Amino acid sequence: MLNISPEEIVETLLMITQQNLDIRTVTLGLSLEECADEDISRMSEKMVRTVVSRAEKLVPVCEAIGAEYGIPIVNRRIAVTPMAQLAAACPDNDLTPLATALDRAADEIGVDFVGGFSALVHKGTGDADARLIGSIPSALASTERVCASVNVASTRSGINMDAVLRMAEVISETAEATAERDSFGCGKLVVFCNMVEDNPFMAGAMHGPGEPDAVVNVGISGPGVVRAVVSALPDDADLTAVAEAIKATAFKITRAGELIAREAARRLGVQMGIVDLSLAPTPAAGDSVAEIIEAIGVKRCGGPGTTTALALLNDAVKKGGAMGTSSIGGLSGAFIPVSEDAGMVRAVNEGALTLEKLEAMTSVCSVGLDMIVIPGDTPVETIGAVISDACAIGVVNNKTTATRLIPARGKSVGEIVEYGGLFGTAPVMSVNEWAGTRLMRRGGRFPAPLSSLRN
Amino acid sequence: MHTPAILSVLGEDRVGIVAAISRVLADSGTNIEDIRQTIISGIFSMTMLVTVDEERTPFDELQRRLTEVGEEIGQQVTLQREDVFRYMHRI
Repeated sequence: MLNISPEEIVETLLMITQQNLDIRTVTLGLSLEECADEDISRMSEKMVRTVVSRAEKLVPVCEAIGAEYGIPIVNRRIAVTPMAQLAAACPDNDLTPLATALDRAADEIGVDFVGGFSALVHKGTGDADARLIGSIPSALASTERVCASVNVASTRSGINMDAVLRMAEVISETAEATAERDSFGCGKLVVFCNMVEDNPFMAGAMHGPGEPDAVVNVGISGPGVVRAVVSALPDDADLTAVAEAIKATAFKITRAGELIAREAARRLGVQMGIVDLSLAPTPAAGDSVAEIIEAIGVKRCGGPGTTTALALLNDAVKKGGAMGTSSIGGLSGAFIPVSEDAGMVRAVNEGALTLEKLEAMTSVCSVGLDMIVIPGDTPVETIGAVISDACAIGVVNNKTTATRLIPARGKSVGEIVEYGGLFGTAPVMSVNEWAGTRLMRRGGRFPAPLSSLRN
Repeated sequence: MHTPAILSVLGEDRVGIVAAISRVLADSGTNIEDIRQTIISGIFSMTMLVTVDEERTPFDELQRRLTEVGEEIGQQVTLQREDVFRYMHRI
């Protein structure tokens, strides 16, 4: 018997065909610890062999699942052991060959991105960490699919302010190294506070030390579906009704993610990891977190009320998602990348959305200062101070915050930068010029907050 | 392997839709377990629960044939594994 009603079938079809429901990413996490070698060329070859042999089925499996279930899987990605861990085995200062090897492996198996050119330095920067961080500009300039991330702060250890300033320099150097592509390299570089080990989303994915050898993590999507549901509510529906509608929708989206994650893990013969409940926008019309905020009732994203609407959205998605899967993980909070969300771009162009408001929004959702293009001549101390503000929010509130700033070389406020594809288009945003330059030059460690003492 | 799937057909009403779709299903060894069909303002809408015999006709091959016949008769035909609906709409 058909125990699904025709209305439910039509609802699912509409979600897919008209509201951009998709699985944003199936990310295969792989441990590459066995590849560590004192010879960097040998290590690179081992890495290529390991990634290709373990992940060669990823793309065909995702294509088959997407077709059979009728839900597109937009990205197929790999996350690997943080490269600084492997780099400890070799003495080389320039670790670009490791990035090139990952790029080659990604190209061979046809995945979109590979994440894990990463280091965790929240409590102190080791020798291999410093070499890896120093290699980031050249690694990102010479590869297409490799993403880098560095964790500079955590609730348990506070903020490594020296690392924050160093990352500001690295962002600036990366912008310079990729100047001919409007500093696009910075779009593949994230600075984290409270980085997670199982994030399936780029550019901040890596395969943490607490993970098994191989694991499938899935990132759901669906801002378009949530926006359609909120828009369909009557104008006088109260906020409890809005939260309820979002919650019910989040449940359905998450169930789709859970099903795909289980099936992908089964077919790949690896453990299923987590489902990441983040709402991830795309530049496609209507697939926008900003437009959900506006559908809830804010005139333009960034205006007063935005933080309230975003907090409600974020919380309702988690509540619905928590019913949909027992394997919640990753970042699991709404993303608000500017260039990747047409509604955010419009809000910036109309003067409604500023960097300061995005910072406030960071405190109630996941990864706030994301894909923000700033003037190419922004001083490194200013970039560092923006990063440390995001870190302070994360450290004190015991949450992940990430910063992905792009100081586009030769561009000034109001100019438009186009990256194409999922990275989208963005206006150059202004940065408050009264930055804490002296604060940044003090360096040292911002101590862990009292709230970190929980035992 | 016998795979339960949902077949949905949507388009302008005309003669021979059910016949054309059923022929593809019969030829591929796909069993129809249940059918629901309505016409709303001239739009033909049919959902079927079917069981695909994947040893006889692989899932992707059946999808290809159904899309082909859908194009011939001007209907949007979608075949999806049934568990996606069960997962999304049932606790």
